[in-house]
Amino acid sequence: MTAAQNPNAILAVENVAMHFGGLIAISDMNFHVNEGELVSLIGPNGAGKTTAFNIITGFQRPTKGRVTFRGTSLGGLKPHQVTALGLVRTFQRTNLFDKISVFENVLIGLHRKTSARLLGTLLSLPRERKAEAELRDQAWEILRLVGIEHQAKERAASLPYGDQRLLGVALALAAQPSALLLDEPVSGMNATETGRFIELVNKLRARGTTILLVEHDMPMVMGISDRIVVLNYGRIIANGTPKEIQNDPDVIQAYLGQGVKHA
Amino acid sequence: MNRFLPLIVLAFFVSVPLWLTDQYYLHTLVVCGIFMLAAMSLNLLLGYTGQLSLGHVAFFGIGAYVSALTSLGFSVSIFGYQITHDPWPPVVGVVLGGAVAGLCGYLIGKLAFRVRGAYFVIVTVSFAEVIRLISLNWIELTNGPLALPGIPPLTLGFEPIGYLTLWDKAANFYVVLTFIVVTYIIIKRLIDSPYGRAMIALRENETLATSVGISVTRYLVLAAVFAGTIAGVSGTLYAHYIQIIDPAIFMFLNTVTMVIMVITGGKGTLAGPVVGGLIFGIAPVILRKYVGPEVQWILYGSLMILIVFVLPEGIVPAIERWFGRASAKNSELALEPGKGARS
Repeated sequence: MTAAQNPNAILAVENVAMHFGGLIAISDMNFHVNEGELVSLIGPNGAGKTTAFNIITGFQRPTKGRVTFRGTSLGGLKPHQVTALGLVRTFQRTNLFDKISVFENVLIGLHRKTSARLLGTLLSLPRERKAEAELRDQAWEILRLVGIEHQAKERAASLPYGDQRLLGVALALAAQPSALLLDEPVSGMNATETGRFIELVNKLRARGTTILLVEHDMPMVMGISDRIVVLNYGRIIANGTPKEIQNDPDVIQAYLGQGVKHA
Repeated sequence: MNRFLPLIVLAFFVSVPLWLTDQYYLHTLVVCGIFMLAAMSLNLLLGYTGQLSLGHVAFFGIGAYVSALTSLGFSVSIFGYQITHDPWPPVVGVVLGGAVAGLCGYLIGKLAFRVRGAYFVIVTVSFAEVIRLISLNWIELTNGPLALPGIPPLTLGFEPIGYLTLWDKAANFYVVLTFIVVTYIIIKRLIDSPYGRAMIALRENETLATSVGISVTRYLVLAAVFAGTIAGVSGTLYAHYIQIIDPAIFMFLNTVTMVIMVITGGKGTLAGPVVGGLIFGIAPVILRKYVGPEVQWILYGSLMILIVFVLPEGIVPAIERWFGRASAKNSELALEPGKGARS
């Protein structure tokens, strides 16, 4: 089942293939994400999820095919250019500016948002001072949205694991994404932390952020997704609502093996 | 306390020529200040973007030569064309010296930041060596090993007011002090701005920095341009103060001195190169009184090893940690949360 071309698609992955030497990580992948939708990309380990993710965000270049975001082809763009279009990712492992404070992490994340000009900065003109104050306000806003504002002064590396993941999302949010790509955001989190994370995702959705989620946590994926795309061996084997996916024989086979009935 | 400390230090140095009558000591402070300026510029690269430029003296020397030649004038033939330049005021030389060194920073940045780490070090070292060889062999322009003597001292002023030529050491001291203060403020503003944060972000985590939209080349090159310009200006001050320069200005030892000042003082801190610069600018002079030259260099080296060994981050971060535990603040990286929330 491949995704038909959809005029509402904000992100479209068309005929993408990725070969590493003889290894085919992805063969002919097609799917799209609509504006405001939450789509999850799932699949067993090694199915090609992270590779797909890296291609979409410009960290890897596909062997063939193309990815378009709001009609712009991402082919050949560098990661920071992809970010500039409003497509922002988080990383699978915690990836933060470890040695500096949580607040400054978010300030760095707000990089694209600043209107400060070099000469004005050096002369400390009112315009630049105002821009900086606004930036700081925005940083506080993001920290409050994510719910780690009380830890603003801490060094990023000293945060508890769950909060580090939240800071990772805060960093991504700071880049003002119109679409957010979350790479296994709740892996390694305990139930409480996962609960907080789902709350955050719901808040983001309420703000109209489009989300593409790669995740292993099935209860979470089933609970929050509008649509789920299932990858196996670099191929899309299913694409549909959580209910459809749960009952799809190919998916059940991929996850549980042949001959086992879904409980 | 933290905010007033720089002002107290500044007030102290402003007063120095009033009570320090020994011209030799004043001379030491002027040279120390010039190298401190170069170290501050190196800190921008080494400390904030994390790139080690081991050819930093090239910018310093380029500034010195450009300014010297601008104010001395020259006549060279290039491909059969005779190019003659009449002497211009030294102040123009300072501007041109900084500009040319900044341009070199741009070119080196564009070239060298394609490679990072050890390769960057090699590119910068090679660049400095090439420049040294040019200064040594383009005798028509640079006088080669015979040096460029008689460089005029800086002259300040305008036509209607009259001129002040900086012959004496106290005047030079104040000029260098002014440049240090201005540079300090420029670097502080840069570092506290999105520009400086982008540089720090690239040092801390390049992958993540690009994913939040920071262009690697743009900010590394920006740092290189600033570092080149400031180092170039410090070189021009050196040329007009010492009044004679030769290719020995490109000595590797000069780069090493700057690196030592930055690393012992504390790389990536505003005050680091100032503290490191003072220690390693003044230490040789103080030691000279008590011990012979050989012992002096040994002590100088041991002091450096000791500092790096005991305080690997440098002196300034260590002091900040001792004093900062109570107040939980860390100088220029302190963000004073609440400031933004209140406004």
